[in-house]
Amino acid sequence: MKLPIGFKIAAIVLVIYTLIAGLLMPVPTLAILNETIRNLYYHVTSWFAMITMFIMAFAYSIAYLNTQKEKYDTLAKIFVQVGMVFGIIGLVTGMLWARFTWGSYWVSDPKLNGAAIALLAYLAYAVLRNSFQDQLQRAKVSAVYNIFAFVMMILFVFILPRMTDSLHPGNGGNPAFSGYDLDSTMRMVFYPAVIGWILLGFWISELRFRIEKLSNEES
Amino acid sequence: MRNIGAILTKEFKSDFRNPYVLGGAGLFLLSSLFVCYITVKRIPIAAIWVALFWIVVLFASFNAVAKSFLSETRGRMLYLYTLVNPTEFIASKMIYHGLVMLILGIVAAIVYKVLFSVVIGDNLMFWSSVVLGCTGIAFVLSLLSTIASKAGNNLTLLAVLGLPILLPLMLVATTLMKNAIDGIELSVQLKYLFVLIGLNVVSFALSIVLFPYLWRE
Repeated sequence: MKLPIGFKIAAIVLVIYTLIAGLLMPVPTLAILNETIRNLYYHVTSWFAMITMFIMAFAYSIAYLNTQKEKYDTLAKIFVQVGMVFGIIGLVTGMLWARFTWGSYWVSDPKLNGAAIALLAYLAYAVLRNSFQDQLQRAKVSAVYNIFAFVMMILFVFILPRMTDSLHPGNGGNPAFSGYDLDSTMRMVFYPAVIGWILLGFWISELRFRIEKLSNEES
Repeated sequence: MRNIGAILTKEFKSDFRNPYVLGGAGLFLLSSLFVCYITVKRIPIAAIWVALFWIVVLFASFNAVAKSFLSETRGRMLYLYTLVNPTEFIASKMIYHGLVMLILGIVAAIVYKVLFSVVIGDNLMFWSSVVLGCTGIAFVLSLLSTIASKAGNNLTLLAVLGLPILLPLMLVATTLMKNAIDGIELSVQLKYLFVLIGLNVVSFALSIVLFPYLWRE
């Protein structure tokens, strides 16, 4: 896997734009939310990036099972790791936001619990990988677990929160995405931010893949 | 189809010859429920009653399901490998585990209900949550216990792999059961029932699709 240079430049430009414009551009003033609304650019976007990374890992696991190429197994592992980093960022930024709007770092809410469980499932993936000595068997078994866990996680994260009431913006009549940011100033930062973080995720994955490949050649 | 029947008979026979394994799992379940009763005595809130029940059933199920794969010797697996195809094998394992979990779950629910003398508002939904919750646990754990057995027969690993994946199922099953005790009307409940059925179908189908990759060594 090698990314074209334009890809990397776009990642840098978009992330820098997100950081500067996200903190400086005017945002709608809403009661309670106030300036925390800017969290949209960092919190929501990191979940988008996490899901993209996990989808890539899922796709590579399927590719591995069909072709048995070691490369695909390594890529699946790396995308899970990078996805986890974005997931942890999403969780931490969400907790900070919750502290200032809901008043506590953690509330029992289907979305929050779903996020925590998704991270637990992928931590279990890491534990599973490390419990094998044999490379071939590790690749095969962890690919199977990854596919199983991904499907269950998707069901959990996307279906369940819609069934029960949630405090989270976007549920139970709380304003979200379609509510406040129909206002185009926020869209101008939000969409580039989503693309920027996802591109950055791909770039980190590519670097990790190349490091892994080199260290394999060395040994 | 005949192969599935043959494997099922084999499983039941081997369990009747060694009744202590399943008996142990059942006893573990019942004594845990009794410990719940002795320590808590009265539970005024349905949510806590339901949560305790499912936690106990979940941990008992690890013992009940894990033993089936962990006790298969390498030689016997090879022998089965020459006889049946992987789809039949995993399907019959899942059906077998489903039946075992159903028996355990239903007995546990009856005992638990009698101990705490709970009044149930909607019996049909209550029992469907028990049935579908137990079969769901069995289907998910069938595949995961194969995975765990590949990684060196480790019960801790099964729990680590299983808990996050089983949580969606548990959440829906507990909600359904809690609402059934409170007698929430059917139109609200159907939504949860369908999701629970959906989770069962998805985990069954996924195991059928994925198991052939694990089968060959």
